[in-house]
Amino acid sequence: MGSLQLKSIRKAFGGHEVLKGIDLEVKDGEFVIFVGPSGCGKSTLLRTIAGLEDVTSGSVQIDGEEVGHVAPAKRGIAMVFQSYALYPHLTVKDNMGLGLKQAGAPKKEIDEKVAKAAGMLSLEPYLARRPAELSGGQRQRVAIGRAIVREPKLFLFDEPLSNLDAALRVNTRLEIARLHRSLKATMIYVTHDQVEAMTLADKIVVLNAGRVEQVGSPMELYNRPANLFVAGFIGSPQMNFIEGERLGDAQAKTIGIRPEHIGLSRESGQWKGKVIHVEHLGADTIVYLDSEEVGTITVRLFGEHRYAEDDIVYATPVIGGMHRFDADDRVINSGQ
Amino acid sequence: MSKARASLGRTAGVHIALIAYTLIALFPVFLTIANSFKSRNAIFREPLALPTPETFSLIGYQTVLKQGDFLGYFQNSTIVTVVSIALVLLFGAMAAFALSEYRFRGNALMGLYLALGIMIPIRLGTVAILQGMVATGLVNTLTALILVYTAQGLPLAVFILSEFMRTVSDDLKNAGRIDGLSEYAIFFRLVLPLVRPAMATVAVFTMIPIWNDLWFPLILAPAETTKTVTLGSQIFIGQFVTNWNAVLSALSLAIFPVLVLYVIFSRQLIRGITAGAVK
Repeated sequence: MGSLQLKSIRKAFGGHEVLKGIDLEVKDGEFVIFVGPSGCGKSTLLRTIAGLEDVTSGSVQIDGEEVGHVAPAKRGIAMVFQSYALYPHLTVKDNMGLGLKQAGAPKKEIDEKVAKAAGMLSLEPYLARRPAELSGGQRQRVAIGRAIVREPKLFLFDEPLSNLDAALRVNTRLEIARLHRSLKATMIYVTHDQVEAMTLADKIVVLNAGRVEQVGSPMELYNRPANLFVAGFIGSPQMNFIEGERLGDAQAKTIGIRPEHIGLSRESGQWKGKVIHVEHLGADTIVYLDSEEVGTITVRLFGEHRYAEDDIVYATPVIGGMHRFDADDRVINSGQ
Repeated sequence: MSKARASLGRTAGVHIALIAYTLIALFPVFLTIANSFKSRNAIFREPLALPTPETFSLIGYQTVLKQGDFLGYFQNSTIVTVVSIALVLLFGAMAAFALSEYRFRGNALMGLYLALGIMIPIRLGTVAILQGMVATGLVNTLTALILVYTAQGLPLAVFILSEFMRTVSDDLKNAGRIDGLSEYAIFFRLVLPLVRPAMATVAVFTMIPIWNDLWFPLILAPAETTKTVTLGSQIFIGQFVTNWNAVLSALSLAIFPVLVLYVIFSRQLIRGITAGAVK
């Protein structure tokens, strides 16, 4: 069990409003990711759900129950922090069991639950150690274990992978995905990394400047961004934005095309351009073009391609790959 | 220090400077202790000489132990110092925690107000303090001294500790809140162990002036039963005649309790660094 409802959440620090009215519904068992640039309020939103920050106005409901005035420990949540936040003076076992101990659970039950969580995360050999004796990846697993032991209605993750190196990040990401499948728990996860968001989420919430820009599944956001911000934020390399006038489109102020939705040819095509830079990534080749018709654009080709600087090439957009945005940066639905 | 950076000349220079400083700092202590074991004539004839079999004498220590209740003075000094340090650390750390952890109106102003005592010496208020102690009947009690010294030590303690407490990770405190720890448990069990080195620093800075103080014991608690060591030693310093043997012996004895306390706190300084909590 674990559903969450946010109704017009507002949060201001002094006169500065960080969250400007957020409505959101999370269903039981969903994996929801808050994503957005730094300072968009995603961590603050997570903290208001945890009860670590009071909301200025609005209501937070967990399982249909208003929790605005409930202490964090009584909300049935568990949180994993970016900096792990393990208790330095306690062993791994005590770190994981502290929440239950505070809640007054019998020792036998605590031991069982800690053992079960340690088994899931292969932490058994480390139970007697202190956090200082563990590596970064192990510490984050302990932090996740501490959350599992509490059997919360809601798991909250605050950028849990940011302090790990690239290889560990992928491993831990897989581990979190596996946990979500096996626990079938509701998870809310904050990150600024869109790869984490795309790979883990059932539902992504894109936040910008304290507002929700769009909510949807990863593929919905990728294929049908609601506005210019989401279009630019989701997808890497970033979507190309071309002024509508340049393409003779009177209705659209901006036209967006993803780099992977443009084809290149040496012989013929829609837009003629000169290659200014090429990045060879093995699986992909990313070509930067300077063209008279559309300015500087990025093209992502699959596989290896032998383009070089100063080559003259022709780019052609894939049919149906164009996103048209109006003067307010909102998408124009042309019924495609 | 890495080998690449430490040239021999540089290292030697640093060590010479440090050794010279150590010698200068320790010289008065050495002089006090050495002369305390000499006879009165020997002290004046050759003040810098070490005690020899001819000049060796325990007359100073005998005078000190016979004269008055010196053991009692030591006990008074120790009680006053230890209780004052404990109170300064407890209240200082609590105020520092409130200032660094909670957002409330007037937070910065309150911090400034609490730190004001660093700049204004408490002795300026002696008359008012004495009047207050007389009114409350606390004159000639150790409580009077403890109260004054606690007030004297708090500003610096609040100032130093609040700076240190700002460095304790918010995530750690929040993790404690989610695990159901009360604010007191977070303060005592999570934050205090992490700022232990800072607490030791504050303890050392608070301890020395309290132990050495003559002013307040003389004014607030001059009675025989409440005399501190520093005040007790003064009976040997007269307007015309000073019993140097006794003065030096009393001072030598007075060094040891502070030394013990200092060793305890400085070990905390080194041991207290509990890394690995975050990052």
